[in-house]
Amino acid sequence: MTEDAVSTVLARFKSETGETVSNMMDLPRNVTVNHLQLICNSLLKQDETVPYAFFVDDKEITNNLDECLDAKKKFSTELVVDIIYQEQAVFKVRPITRCTSSLPGHAEAVISVQFSPDSRKLASGSGDTTVRFWDLDMQTPLHTCEGHKNWVLCIAWSPNSKYLVSGCKNGMIMSWNVETGKRVGPPMTGHKQWITALCWAPYHLSPECRIFASSSKDGDIRIWDIILGQCQRSLTSHTRSITCLKWGGTGLLYSSSQDRTIKVWRADDGILCRTLEGHAHWVNTLALSTDYVIKTAMVPQPGSNSDKNDNVLAEAKKRYDVAVANGGERLISGSDDFTLFLWAPESSKNSVARMTGHQQLINCVQFSPDTRLVASASFDKSIKLWDGKTGQFLGTMRGHVQAVYMIRWSADSRLLVSGSADSTLKVWDVKAKKLQGDLPGHADEVFAVDWSPDGHKVASGGKDKVLRLWTH
Amino acid sequence: MPQNEYMERHRKLYGRRMDYEQRMRKKEAREPHLRSDKAKRLRGLKAKLYNKERRNEKIQMKKKIKEHEEKLQKKKEEKPKEGALPVYLLDRDVQSSAKVLSNMIKQKRKEKAGKWDVPIPKVRAQSDNEVFKVFRTGKSKRKGWKRMVTKVCYVGEGFTRKPPKFERFIRPMALRFNKAHVTHPELKATFCLPIIGVKKNPNSPMYTNLGVITKGTVIEVNISELGLVTQTGKVVWGKYAQVTNNPENDGCINAVLLV
Repeated sequence: MTEDAVSTVLARFKSETGETVSNMMDLPRNVTVNHLQLICNSLLKQDETVPYAFFVDDKEITNNLDECLDAKKKFSTELVVDIIYQEQAVFKVRPITRCTSSLPGHAEAVISVQFSPDSRKLASGSGDTTVRFWDLDMQTPLHTCEGHKNWVLCIAWSPNSKYLVSGCKNGMIMSWNVETGKRVGPPMTGHKQWITALCWAPYHLSPECRIFASSSKDGDIRIWDIILGQCQRSLTSHTRSITCLKWGGTGLLYSSSQDRTIKVWRADDGILCRTLEGHAHWVNTLALSTDYVIKTAMVPQPGSNSDKNDNVLAEAKKRYDVAVANGGERLISGSDDFTLFLWAPESSKNSVARMTGHQQLINCVQFSPDTRLVASASFDKSIKLWDGKTGQFLGTMRGHVQAVYMIRWSADSRLLVSGSADSTLKVWDVKAKKLQGDLPGHADEVFAVDWSPDGHKVASGGKDKVLRLWTH
Repeated sequence: MPQNEYMERHRKLYGRRMDYEQRMRKKEAREPHLRSDKAKRLRGLKAKLYNKERRNEKIQMKKKIKEHEEKLQKKKEEKPKEGALPVYLLDRDVQSSAKVLSNMIKQKRKEKAGKWDVPIPKVRAQSDNEVFKVFRTGKSKRKGWKRMVTKVCYVGEGFTRKPPKFERFIRPMALRFNKAHVTHPELKATFCLPIIGVKKNPNSPMYTNLGVITKGTVIEVNISELGLVTQTGKVVWGKYAQVTNNPENDGCINAVLLV
């Protein structure tokens, strides 16, 4: 052994939030990630081995500690190296590689595709004015729901996976019972133009799953009760079409609009809390750091073996609290002015960071389920990765030859799937920032992609009228 | 001029005369008879003017009746338009673009056989006399081994002429083309695209080699500008097109893309 190999550095472990875990210790400079995992696991007294990622000065340790140290720290015996550890998902989602079935049935382009939160069912809305439910075990059609008079633009599953609401281009909203495929209550009319987004109240705020919000091209947000089929409240202040709507875990509604603003509303009494300004053009998309937690509130996390359903509500609340533990809820917005803004919308109206780099408008933004990363898809054919907390640029993933329409994270935050106008889906390895797999198969543009919350399946639909299911 | 609304006042005070309604009804009933009488009796310019006015009146009347009828009818439900788009594309002007749906294997097979189902299946045969002009050479113009092509040609970019002594075919500069107006049959749009090569001139393989472009010739064009994509997500750049006009007469090449 050379002398260099055995030399040590003074180091200590820190959590993401900055709490030191242990005393300082001498670590050999060539200590590998695997060794660090073992040390960290034993220090934190985990009963199961949990995978961690380690960072020094915001640089990830990929092989051994040595490569991440700069010259000063390498040779100083006084300086303490802070090794920050991040807990990774215990389970691993296997990357999807093949198409298991193509589900024909729609007579027009498939515009929206969504898995139910419990990952048992799939729904799709299409230009042929129908909503269809699909059985995932048999991979066959389950129900065809007719009722809309125009293209079904958006669909949303209730957190308890029992209802689905769908909005059409005529501004009509209908809710469907998933078991029977029949309509629940009367159709909800009120919007004067087409529906642009639908979103349910988070489970831990309204456990009975009756309330949802809808936004429309006419600039209104309406809050509905599906059992009564009535509009409870309508929130009007936007001057142009609303593009995206999110319901936060603290009872706040976030809406982005083509009038260049993002507005924060209190859903209980419909009061406009604040207006977030900064974008210079249409705001196209929003993402909350708690999206995944809110969506899967009622379902036990994949990998965790707690199947007990004794106190789902408390569990959901706990999971939400963990997700917002450091820094509260964060909101990210992507715009036609090619930039993204990171906000802390609960507390301030000023942005945390402005993220530039895209060369075309940004169409889709998503927080990773562990809330650490943000991925943004743009019409400039690239996907960019950003730090979810600071907004720092992490990398670009190129591979599509035309505009990227939609991206979805896998449940373990290690993979990303993207659908594009070039008729392919691509799976990306987030850690390596590289293409993991190319999934050709669609004959035309892919409009909608969804990764099931349990991570087993991906569904996609597009202009070629066929819904496709993909697995590993 | 009346100084006050005394007629109205009177009506308000004493009402109309008792047979007012009846008189009005009868007057109205007599109206068509009076009109027809008038129309019959009038002569000359007055009749012309009267009839013209009456005709316009009738047109207006019919229009109004139709309007009312339409109002009473139940509106038919509008069928949703084709070409559904997701929400995020609704406010953007998306160009309709057809993708290359034909699969690649089929195309390869066709290429091997050298046969395509083309828009112009039958091509008029063109003799050598028509395509080539004998070029007299030699001091006393006795030799006739040289030919000049009288049709439009595509000449590749790196082409250099042979020395005149060995050059049997002359392709005049004025008849060399490197762009074609190509129509996409599904998009119903025409693009000016660079030519990559002449794939086949059905008249003779020699014309193909020389790059002679006549009506019915299959040429390869560079369509990367159109942004067509294969099923595997690669950009298509070369595709075949058939010439639909007589380029030597028109001074331009028009072609239809073979999809």
